[in-house]
Amino acid sequence: MTSFLSVKDLHVEFPTDDGLVSAVNGMDLSLERGETVGLVGESGSGKSVTTQAIMGLFKDSKARVSGTIDFEGTDLISLSENRMREYRGKKIGMIFQDPLSAMHPFYTVGEQIAEAYRVHNQVSKKAAKEVAVDMLGRVGIPAARSRADSYPHEFSGGMRQRAMIAMALVCEPELLIADEPTTALDVTVQAQILDLISGLQQETNSAVIFVTHDLGVVAELCQRVVVMYGGQCVEQAPVRTIFREPGHPYTRGLMASMPALSDETGRLKPIPGSPPALLDLPKGCLFAERCEVAKLLPEGLCREERPLLRIHGDHEVRCHAHERGLLAVGGPSAAGNMKGESADV
Amino acid sequence: MIAFLLRRLGAMLLLLIVVSFITFSLFHFGPADPASAACGQECTPDRVEQARIALGLDKPFFVQYLTYMSGFIMPRMIGAPGAESACAWPCLGKSFQTNENVTDMIANALPFTLSIAIGAVVLWTIAGVGLGLLAAMRKGKAADRIIVGGASVGVSLPIPVTGLVLLLVFVGILHVLPFTSNSINSPFGAAGPWAWVLNYLLPWLAIAILFSAQYIRVTRSNMIETFNEDFMRTARAKGLARRSIVFKHGVRAGITPVVTMLGMDIGGLLGGAVLTEQIFSVPGLGFTAVHAATSGDLPVTMAITMLAAFFIIVASVVVDLVYAAIDPRVRIN
Ligand SMILES: Nc1ncnc2c1ncn2[C@@H]1O[C@H](COP(=O)(O)OP(=O)(O)OP(=O)(O)O)[C@@H](O)[C@H]1O
Ligand SMILES: [Mg+2]
Repeated sequence: MTSFLSVKDLHVEFPTDDGLVSAVNGMDLSLERGETVGLVGESGSGKSVTTQAIMGLFKDSKARVSGTIDFEGTDLISLSENRMREYRGKKIGMIFQDPLSAMHPFYTVGEQIAEAYRVHNQVSKKAAKEVAVDMLGRVGIPAARSRADSYPHEFSGGMRQRAMIAMALVCEPELLIADEPTTALDVTVQAQILDLISGLQQETNSAVIFVTHDLGVVAELCQRVVVMYGGQCVEQAPVRTIFREPGHPYTRGLMASMPALSDETGRLKPIPGSPPALLDLPKGCLFAERCEVAKLLPEGLCREERPLLRIHGDHEVRCHAHERGLLAVGGPSAAGNMKGESADV
Repeated sequence: MIAFLLRRLGAMLLLLIVVSFITFSLFHFGPADPASAACGQECTPDRVEQARIALGLDKPFFVQYLTYMSGFIMPRMIGAPGAESACAWPCLGKSFQTNENVTDMIANALPFTLSIAIGAVVLWTIAGVGLGLLAAMRKGKAADRIIVGGASVGVSLPIPVTGLVLLLVFVGILHVLPFTSNSINSPFGAAGPWAWVLNYLLPWLAIAILFSAQYIRVTRSNMIETFNEDFMRTARAKGLARRSIVFKHGVRAGITPVVTMLGMDIGGLLGGAVLTEQIFSVPGLGFTAVHAATSGDLPVTMAITMLAAFFIIVASVVVDLVYAAIDPRVRIN
């Protein structure tokens, strides 16, 4: 069975003055209709680049994109910029992190939403404005009709993000990509926005890729989690599985470095060490440098040989140790090690 | 809005008074002696003294200044006691050199300066903004390199150099353009618009080459910055066509600094294109001002200085208004 969205072996490289930056290195990701997937990973792991590649935003740029992005049977990578436009906004909507900078400062919120509608629907400006007002109401903006004539800077942060969501959803896309939509907001507003997204998601049955640093949000909102490291998927599993039996040492590190789930923020704390140098990727496992478990394996295995993403039912893990059963539940506690170390960061 | 305009108007008046006072003082306490300059070839100390009285230079400084300034409010009399002549409102005095009414002199010179300014502004705006935008859109490609290279040559070409080269090539060698004629100062004159264009084409080019080079640079860097803004990515994510992304979203946001620059440059140019008018012998405000200043002709210098200041101040108010019209985050109150 083919998925609604299936990203396979996605590579994104940026030629720069210092050399080729390999931001995404064989990313895999799949998504069913109506499913919400959380994309997590520390800063620089390639989450945004992956989602922007799905949106085709690197077309017509110097970036090199390869692999397959199969969306409802169409390979988005081979589409021209012009064909891709029919997908952007209409079939795939996108919400960005900072709604203030992501909205045009010189157009009213209503104009910007109406514009998004008119790109894909042949209607008059007036009719599009009505749709925009309606949409603003649906995302919970009071007095939507008059607020539609306000400029983004006249909105509060939370209202702006609501407007951004209205803009992304006005054409009722089947896939919504939300790239850290709540990071810039304070906690109570965050919760409201999450409620809104999950509410709208259930209403329209669209699929959602939710990029976040926040495992608490993942637990609340997503059915499945994809963990990214160094531009690869290192683990993916249903939310329950990930929290109960994280397979990859990196995921265990993330869990361990996370304050208790009941904690207000649930924000990830850094794992010791730094992400791989994207200019010169190591030959073996990208996490080997920082991995406690690598020591338990035959000399040099992790550093020499890049592990594959192994499938165990609905749980996929990219790790030599896991493959060898060294990380089975109750096995050597990698998470414990990580926890000890991150405490003194 | 009205309050804003009134406040700016008040500030403008104040500033003009300050400018007038400074110019007047510089002249008064400067080394030039308008009286001996005005009395001509066969000068005796006696005649210099007569001239001094005729020009009113024998009075105390403040009396002179206030007398001059009163001309902005009402008509006044000018000349030696007993031989005065009337000077209608607004009276800017009479030339120390020719005894011509300065208001008339300005009215005669202004059309020449306007003729130069209009064409030059149109040319450099189209070329500068257009090429700057093109370079930004083709950043790093051949077109960008050529435009940027051209602009860096352009900014280092002073107007006297380009002006003389243009004259030499098009008038001297190729004979395809006339030498600027002083009888044409408007596209609506007897000679017709085409003759007007040909007459001013070289001065326009001389100014436009320098200015478009600057506008290319500013436009290019602002547009590149704007193209990297988050809202440009949003525009793409909506599925908009490149044309609307670039123009509706990019240019609208990235052009504001260019508008400011344009406003101030137009304001500056209206006060007289000194170098260009000299090179092409166009009797505009700049040309007249240079002559007046070098011959100690106080009323003419004063008038043109104040007019230039007036244009620049008005331009800055207009720029503020335009800015507020473009950018809703700017509130006028
Ligand atoms: N246009 C580009 N040119 C060069 N390098 C880039 C470019 N865009 C992204 N990168 C690099 O790719 C890597 C991955 O970036 P990305 O923005 O996807 O990270 P992320 O996982 O979204 O991190 P964050 O959580 O901080 O948003 C980073 O190291 C970044 O510096
Ligand atoms: Mg990101």
